[in-house]
Amino acid sequence: MMTTQALPTALAAIVDDFQALTEPERLQLLLEFSQGLPELPERLKDHPELLEQVVECQSPLFLTIETEKGGGPAGAVRLFFKAPAEAPTTRGFAGVLHEGLDGLSAEEILSVPDDMPELLGLTRAITPLRMRGMTAMLGRIKRKVAASTAVRS
Amino acid sequence: MKGNAMSYPVEQNEKFAAYAHPERLVSTEWLAAAVENGAVASGQLVVVESDEDVLLYETGHIPGAVKIDWHTDLNDEVTRDYVDGAAFAELAASKGISRDSTVVIYGDKSNWWAAYALWVFTLFGHQDVRLLDGGRDKWIAEGRELTTDRPAPARGDYPVVERDDAPIRAFKEDVLAHLGKPLIDVRSPEEYTGQRTHMPAYPEEGALRGGHIPTAASIPWARAAAPDGTFRSREELDALYLGEAGLTEGDDVVAYCRIGERSSHTWFALKYLLGFETVRNYDGSWTEWGNAVRVPIVKGAERGSFPVAVGA
Repeated sequence: MMTTQALPTALAAIVDDFQALTEPERLQLLLEFSQGLPELPERLKDHPELLEQVVECQSPLFLTIETEKGGGPAGAVRLFFKAPAEAPTTRGFAGVLHEGLDGLSAEEILSVPDDMPELLGLTRAITPLRMRGMTAMLGRIKRKVAASTAVRS
Repeated sequence: MKGNAMSYPVEQNEKFAAYAHPERLVSTEWLAAAVENGAVASGQLVVVESDEDVLLYETGHIPGAVKIDWHTDLNDEVTRDYVDGAAFAELAASKGISRDSTVVIYGDKSNWWAAYALWVFTLFGHQDVRLLDGGRDKWIAEGRELTTDRPAPARGDYPVVERDDAPIRAFKEDVLAHLGKPLIDVRSPEEYTGQRTHMPAYPEEGALRGGHIPTAASIPWARAAAPDGTFRSREELDALYLGEAGLTEGDDVVAYCRIGERSSHTWFALKYLLGFETVRNYDGSWTEWGNAVRVPIVKGAERGSFPVAVGA
């Protein structure tokens, strides 16, 4: 069984929070993450073509990454998500990944295990079908980070 | 049939009167009045929200409405099937629903999931179950009241009723036997033709092959809904299903989609709005048919013909 020790600090803290709760409380926490997902900055709001859709999500979810300039290989990766208010579960997943991964280095993000979403303990309450959306979101972020790292090296 | 003592009065209006079963729909105005006069709070009328998104109800719902989730509440956890009679009785009772309750269901996405829940209620023969025309989006668009308060309904009295699938549910074998009679494919045109819609690096989940069941007419489910999420008028639905799809009165019809949810919406329109007696929803739908061994499919925009050469 994977433990939170393998995860970046912020993400490990989120996973610990979820695991400490009962199932209904976990759903409530996911709802809070959906409410806490930051808005897109203006420059991305006006350019939807800069975001990619994660089609595995049940509801429209778009994301992109940027690497902070001048950082070299350890430059901080910034994450941006867009999902409608009518899709709180999808927004909640995005909120968890944003709070857990935004600002980390490419290496830290790439080290997150692909099955990390299972650690949240939501699979039964949310169902495996819906959890696939979050796994796909993480996978897409990692692919984009890997691609941007390859370009720079 | 014996009259239902507990049944809540049926809404009368001109639009609904044109449908075959006007008693299956209620409007947002009608429901708002029922909330206002205390019928929902007293449990005389049970309002159920059923959405695709499992957290949407928690963001705010119609006052007094309870939540039923299509996946966690209505699907069996291990078998690809619906819950059994005992589980349904427990679910209903826990939501304050009795066998003779009038239940009004509403949800997101033009009632796509609400229609699915209504179809499952019908598998158990629940008699008085209605849809809120326009669903959650219309209620919100009209600025009507929402709350995050969770109701704590008094337990309902619900017997264990065996599901009766045959009248409204088709299995793969039923569909094979049905070939030659009308089928409605309610998926998007891209799913119907079998055209790939995603980039190769992001494999589409679901089916090994793309296309449709031979002879199926393509009528995407959302065409039965107006922009505000309400059902199209009788006249418009007649033009769509009798005209474009070519159905005739008395036809035995099977509708399908990917997993049987979108086709529940079409099933509702055919069964209750147009009055087709025999309409079945094939819930195995494309995730079963598109993966099954030695069943015929047709690719492209043509409906195709039956019989077709199988297994050659």
